[in-house]
Amino acid sequence: MALQNTLKYTSEHEWLSVQGDIATVGITAYAAEKLGDVVFVELPAVGASVASGKVVGEIESTKSVGELFAPVDGTVTEVNDAVVAHPELVNSDPFGEGWLIKVSFTELPTLLSFDEYTALVGE
Amino acid sequence: MTDSTDSTVRFSPLHQQHVDAGASFTDFAGWQMPVRYSSDLAEHHAVRTAAGLFDLSHMGEIVVIGPESADALDYAFAGRISVVATGQAKYSLLLGRDGGIIDDLVVYRTGEDRFIVVANASNREAVAAELLERTAPFDCEVFDESDDIALIAIQGPKSFEILSQVPGIVVAGLADLTYYRSIPGQFEGHEILVARTGYTGEDGFELYVAPEAAPALWRAIAETGAGSGLVPAGLASRDTLRLEAGMPLYGHELSLTTFPVQAGLGRVVNLKKEGDFVGRAAVETGPVEGARVLVGLRSDGKRAGRADYLVFGADGTEVGVVTSGALSPTLGYPIAMAYVDPAVRELGTDLFLDVRGSRVPASVTALPFYKREAN
Repeated sequence: MALQNTLKYTSEHEWLSVQGDIATVGITAYAAEKLGDVVFVELPAVGASVASGKVVGEIESTKSVGELFAPVDGTVTEVNDAVVAHPELVNSDPFGEGWLIKVSFTELPTLLSFDEYTALVGE
Repeated sequence: MTDSTDSTVRFSPLHQQHVDAGASFTDFAGWQMPVRYSSDLAEHHAVRTAAGLFDLSHMGEIVVIGPESADALDYAFAGRISVVATGQAKYSLLLGRDGGIIDDLVVYRTGEDRFIVVANASNREAVAAELLERTAPFDCEVFDESDDIALIAIQGPKSFEILSQVPGIVVAGLADLTYYRSIPGQFEGHEILVARTGYTGEDGFELYVAPEAAPALWRAIAETGAGSGLVPAGLASRDTLRLEAGMPLYGHELSLTTFPVQAGLGRVVNLKKEGDFVGRAAVETGPVEGARVLVGLRSDGKRAGRADYLVFGADGTEVGVVTSGALSPTLGYPIAMAYVDPAVRELGTDLFLDVRGSRVPASVTALPFYKREAN
């Protein structure tokens, strides 16, 4: 379980845990709560190149569909098959077992700090 | 017709109960209503297997009272209301003069000369205004009592078991109350109306109660039912429950431009009744040749069609549009309701949904998707 105040965030409600040139990406508890119970997750293929701000996956709940945006330019190195098989992990452990993809990158865009993200969602 | 002068946010008399229970809220027709408390899937399953407690206080209650109220409602509604016995309820439609649907509603006869019309929250003002106008020639009066009536529903197979044990509720004959019947009762000195009706496809009750008594009634049912698996349930689960049960939702399956027959509600329109009723001439003529009809669709996999997604035929031509859809929590596969061309309405017809750019196969299937086992 990543410490939430050490993570980076996007205004699209993704979190990033950066280690070296690899960013692990998931959606925040706030986003998961807003979606409701997640019942389907579609993720990009390993090896896919992704562009910051572009849609790379989908997260569906019973009530709505959320899009997963790539938070960085890079290449997908790993996807969380467990969350595809068990989409409820997005709700039960969004910052841990519910991670979605890992992306290798060369440059990080400007991201939000924990305090900035917390201010954004007003919690 | 919506009342644009009233833009204030409305809160249910049960709002504090929902806040205390940790609910998330959503705007529904200007009301802040609970969308879920913890998990909408858990709430859905609780209603199918035990019971769920819903706050429906946003719904409109319009009382029609007077010696000619039955005749007035025969004229106002598509169904024959005068044959509804005291203590009985009837699902009906309020049609426009052009045959479109202004609202779908339940009419309760609570006395020889007294009816309660329960309207969707979004249509409350329109229904009240139409009833006022349509009943004007008759000896009766119309009162919009929505602000003075809270509505609590308990739905699910354990509803009777739980409700019959709630302390403070006094209802003579609850055990004999059959589906679509209502009976007056009391809760801690307040008059209540208990109806065996609902919108989930399960057995259940709806309780009409004064706003000031609603919080205590809510708590009493919640506490009594907790040991039996009852949970508070929000609008998210209510929507997936009614979808599985094939029940239309106004604004999705029903609208001012939908004829009842298109929505599979031809049986609700009584063309045999004597005398005129609003919309009669239009529905007798019917919608235009080839008008789309409501069907059920099911798919494999997990990706559900959603409202406004297009439906295509096997040859790639557009044949319809989805009005509601979800991955069915009970059935485990995606279900949807859609309006399609009559040529592709037959059960088993293979169609495609455009799910955000991908073609997802779907076949026409009978409504409802889910039917509870007879008890």
